[in-house]
Amino acid sequence: MLFHNLGKGKTARAGAVAALAVSIALLATGCASDSTGGGSTDAAGGDTGNLAVTFIPKNLGNPYFDTSDKGGKTAVESFSGTFQEVGPAEASPDAQVSYINTATTQGVGALVVAANDPTAICDALNEARDTGIKVVTFDSDTDPECRDLFINQADAEGIAKVQIDEIAKQIGESGEVAILSATANATNQNAWIEQMKTYAASEYPNITIVDTVYGDDDDQTSFDKTAALLQSHPNLKGIVSPTTVGIAAAARYLQTSEYKGKVALTGLGTPNQMRDYVEDGTVTSFALWNPEDLGYLSAMAAKALIEGTITGAEGDSFEAGDLGSFKVGADQTVLLGDPFVFDKSNIGDFDF
Amino acid sequence: MSTATLTPRNQDAPKQSSPFVRGLGHFFKARETGILIAVLLVIVVTTVKNPSFVFSSDGWRDLLLTPSILVLVAVGQAIVIITKSVDLSVGSVLGLTAYLTGRLFIDIPGIPMIVVFLAGIVFGGLLGLINGALVAFAKVPAMVITLGTLYAYRGINVVWAGSDRINASDMPKDFLALGTGQFLSIPLLTIIALVVLVAAAWYMKNTRGGREFYAIGSDPAAAGLYGLRVVRRLLIAFVASGALAGLAGVLYAARYGTVNSQAGTGWELDAVGAAVIGGVAIVGGSGTVWGAAIGAVLLLTINRALPILGVPDFWQRAVVGALIIGAIVLDRVLALRQSRKLLESREETK
Repeated sequence: MLFHNLGKGKTARAGAVAALAVSIALLATGCASDSTGGGSTDAAGGDTGNLAVTFIPKNLGNPYFDTSDKGGKTAVESFSGTFQEVGPAEASPDAQVSYINTATTQGVGALVVAANDPTAICDALNEARDTGIKVVTFDSDTDPECRDLFINQADAEGIAKVQIDEIAKQIGESGEVAILSATANATNQNAWIEQMKTYAASEYPNITIVDTVYGDDDDQTSFDKTAALLQSHPNLKGIVSPTTVGIAAAARYLQTSEYKGKVALTGLGTPNQMRDYVEDGTVTSFALWNPEDLGYLSAMAAKALIEGTITGAEGDSFEAGDLGSFKVGADQTVLLGDPFVFDKSNIGDFDF
Repeated sequence: MSTATLTPRNQDAPKQSSPFVRGLGHFFKARETGILIAVLLVIVVTTVKNPSFVFSSDGWRDLLLTPSILVLVAVGQAIVIITKSVDLSVGSVLGLTAYLTGRLFIDIPGIPMIVVFLAGIVFGGLLGLINGALVAFAKVPAMVITLGTLYAYRGINVVWAGSDRINASDMPKDFLALGTGQFLSIPLLTIIALVVLVAAAWYMKNTRGGREFYAIGSDPAAAGLYGLRVVRRLLIAFVASGALAGLAGVLYAARYGTVNSQAGTGWELDAVGAAVIGGVAIVGGSGTVWGAAIGAVLLLTINRALPILGVPDFWQRAVVGALIIGAIVLDRVLALRQSRKLLESREETK
């Protein structure tokens, strides 16, 4: 069978090793929280001098979050804080919980999190906040009561507008359009899709959004979903993919399919991923903000919160280094700015 | 255990009917036939709903192309499962070799494609050898070892790839064309998968070595006592599974054009699922690589058909799950019926 019994002696030894490992881990975490000044003893008030900022992206190995965390690192180093990046290998709803708990035990000054799920990590975040840790979310928000501040890369309105405007321009303002999203429970994706539908309905009455499919931010799934979209909607004129993995996979499918040049594709992508497809004409244009700026701003906001410059109340304003001054809007949200459109003429200027 | 015991019995049966009739009878009794009928049913129903599922150039190509890479992985997985083990690391092996493929093209400009293919297969085989050695020599259950290497290999991939992503523009056009290219309207990837499948099926059915996998899977202790080289067979099974996952990784890079550190995540479940659906019993000793290959085709064709049939995204996984459970229940029922029949025939001959 698949399991064999270990000998008695081996079991006992394995138990001893496990016990030893646990004790070492306990000792190590104990020491860590001592050395950083211990947020845990300093409840609610927070430690204004503790500039240790931990970034928890949706998952590691994701170029988008690598770029944003790079921006975060630059910011943290600029104010002489301690930067740390941890996170799960896979973007599943509750995978971030253990990393949040570890950071809480370490007593960091602030957590900067891109939430995989709006509610699954809430309890863990609130436990961290109870010990005085400031929580900033970026890219993808949690429920507002679980964080101090959300750094919005661009508001849903701006993102929805730029993508619908681009696709409308490419298909002549009329015809069937479908959406290729990431996971079905991704907060940001769903908010954008809702806005896109509203905006398209009001501005371009001849465009119908016929379907929304989910590629789970996986190359292969997104690729296959694109194929299914094209087959199930023979009159499809355009695809909007508001996710970097989705748009690249869809472009790769279109590039070698009979629909190349007939079905337009736009959405949110990174220049390096899309270079090939923009150069050979599969894709005319796509949009994105600068993830590096996003990470930078998030770290700066974390610093302002730690130092007590802002509390997250509407109307608070803070300085974010090179990016200038920002104001906290409604729902403890800070807006980065308008999305940027990449096309054949400017894609060569970017490398991320 | 159903098919393994069935096959020799049929061959030993008295020669009273023509080979054709016997072949036909065998075909209808085989476990794989049911799955094949299911595949055809899915294709026919979907095509009736939307003719372009088969009758458009993209539709025809995707029908053959989509399952091709999984077929390779499932064939390797079937060989391992038949020897009463399981290889859960194939998804990570695939991801690592896919990334290696991209890196080779970036780091060694102008490297011949054949070298990249060989490197992928050898690298995959080495990773498989590590699995096999740990299972065979450390005598730890394969499920535990390969669960460990699943994470270990993926971890290495994340460390190695880091912020890097292989983009389509990093790989030569010729190589990418391989991923979607066709020969006489049959995709090249499908031809590769078919060649591997036929070779593996022939080896498993007709050679002494192939039959030893079944013997070991049926009863490892008895096979050892009988003098079969169990360790060597186990190593071969894992190396085959790793090498095929490695080949699949190279083809993955060619087909999808982008490779990040998460490429191939979850493929181990698809591969095991394909084998189980195709009638490869999870307890070892029975099933065929044909079955696993058809299982892979069914799994991925259903995935593509459901959206066209209008089944919402959220239900698609549930359907796949139901399919796997159904296959296992069917396997159990068949096995029980088979052992009852064997008992009855023994009573009669007494």
